[in-house]
Amino acid sequence: MAEQSCLVTNDWICGEYLRSRSQELIDATVQHIGITVVSVLIGLAVALPLALLARRGPRFAGPVLGLTTVLYTVPSLAMFSLLLPLFGLSAALVVTGLVLYSLTILVRNILAGLEAVPQEAREAARGMGYGPARLLWEVELPLALPAVMAGLRIATVSTVALTTVGSLVGKGGLGNLIEDALPSFFKAQVLTAAVLCVLLAVTADLLLLGLQRLLTPWTRISGAVVPPSGPVKAEASASGPVKAKASASVPAKTEVG
Amino acid sequence: MGVIGDAWTWLTTGANWSGDGGAAHRLGEHLYVSGVALAVACAIALPLALYLGHIGKGGALAVNLSNVGRAVPVFAVLALFMVTPLRNSGYWPTIIALVLFAVPPLLTNAYVGMREVDRAVVEAARGMGMSGGQLFVRVELPLAYPMIMTGLRSAAVQVVATASIAAMVGLGGLGRIITAGFNTYDTAQVFAGAVLVAGLALVVEGVLAGLDRLLSPLRRRRPA
Repeated sequence: MAEQSCLVTNDWICGEYLRSRSQELIDATVQHIGITVVSVLIGLAVALPLALLARRGPRFAGPVLGLTTVLYTVPSLAMFSLLLPLFGLSAALVVTGLVLYSLTILVRNILAGLEAVPQEAREAARGMGYGPARLLWEVELPLALPAVMAGLRIATVSTVALTTVGSLVGKGGLGNLIEDALPSFFKAQVLTAAVLCVLLAVTADLLLLGLQRLLTPWTRISGAVVPPSGPVKAEASASGPVKAKASASVPAKTEVG
Repeated sequence: MGVIGDAWTWLTTGANWSGDGGAAHRLGEHLYVSGVALAVACAIALPLALYLGHIGKGGALAVNLSNVGRAVPVFAVLALFMVTPLRNSGYWPTIIALVLFAVPPLLTNAYVGMREVDRAVVEAARGMGMSGGQLFVRVELPLAYPMIMTGLRSAAVQVVATASIAAMVGLGGLGRIITAGFNTYDTAQVFAGAVLVAGLALVVEGVLAGLDRLLSPLRRRRPA
């Protein structure tokens, strides 16, 4: 009797719920992680060529940044609904929508990172006989990595949160549990799924931060020596303003029409 | 192409626009909750951010709030409101959720805008004998204006998007046309509703971009 009570009385926190529905929770979390990871990886794979294209000059940068900004302005509910005739009720619909969202942040941060590469570093690499491809992979991208990783963290955290809206077509990971719990006002399920979402986002953010430290060991050493690119700046760019800053440097992007 | 044609037919059918669940009423609801929420969010966030930026304190709060706002799913917050007694209070659950998600971009951008004002300019203004108030109104505010407007635009886009998600938990707004279409397997209606929601977001962004340029305090100074 006492064991059952928290499900019967509809408590916010319910151990019995966690025990009896653990498989359901694990399945939803796995779906959530899967959709997020696939979306962010595809987003990264699409954003890199777009950023390289935008770098070729204002003639390309205008349309690329303008288009990704317009995509970002479209509300998620509308985005998923507009893709419905193309994909039907499938995970591909949710992934496509999330990829389109991630592009804005990823393209802009990759572009900002590449543009911040010191000209001397490029000159030195060219002088050593580096071709364009090797210059990109071995000099420019590694130097752009902090900005790229900052964008990747923002994109990943946003994607984790946005995946819940995928429950519109039944592919929303933890969002599905929230949707299912609404008609019966099942508090424990709504709260558990919501908390798991936030935990997922925080975990992903910390994992990416760790990855960034592993990939860019030099920033920790030079960070103490060169204050301008030190931790304060990195902290600020890991939050919202990066979008605004990048936008300020590329005047054409704020146009919507 | 069939869906687009059907959606166009839906949009041009007068009956779909009239009545309580009609598009006109839903649009009105959407604009009402969005407008109220944006005004409340501005009233809370801007004075706080501008003050913190002026005295140069609370940076960690301003920056981290944005990160937290991004990690919390809109849908989850609305759903949490709907399983509390708050669900019986009309537009309030939507408005409160919208305010919660509009404050972080407003606060962070306004704060960063204030802090990024060139310190040399601030020193010069002080050297000219400006008081704290004069410095704020005549130097810091005009220079921080672009970032404040960026925050306002992000917040407005966020608010319009969030207001559409309110439909997923059974609240009003344009999103209801989409969710109603899903419930009746009416793809044309879903598409038509999505066009309305996306169009509204783009119009809001466009209007604010125009307003931004029109009101810019630096615009008039340029010829001089």
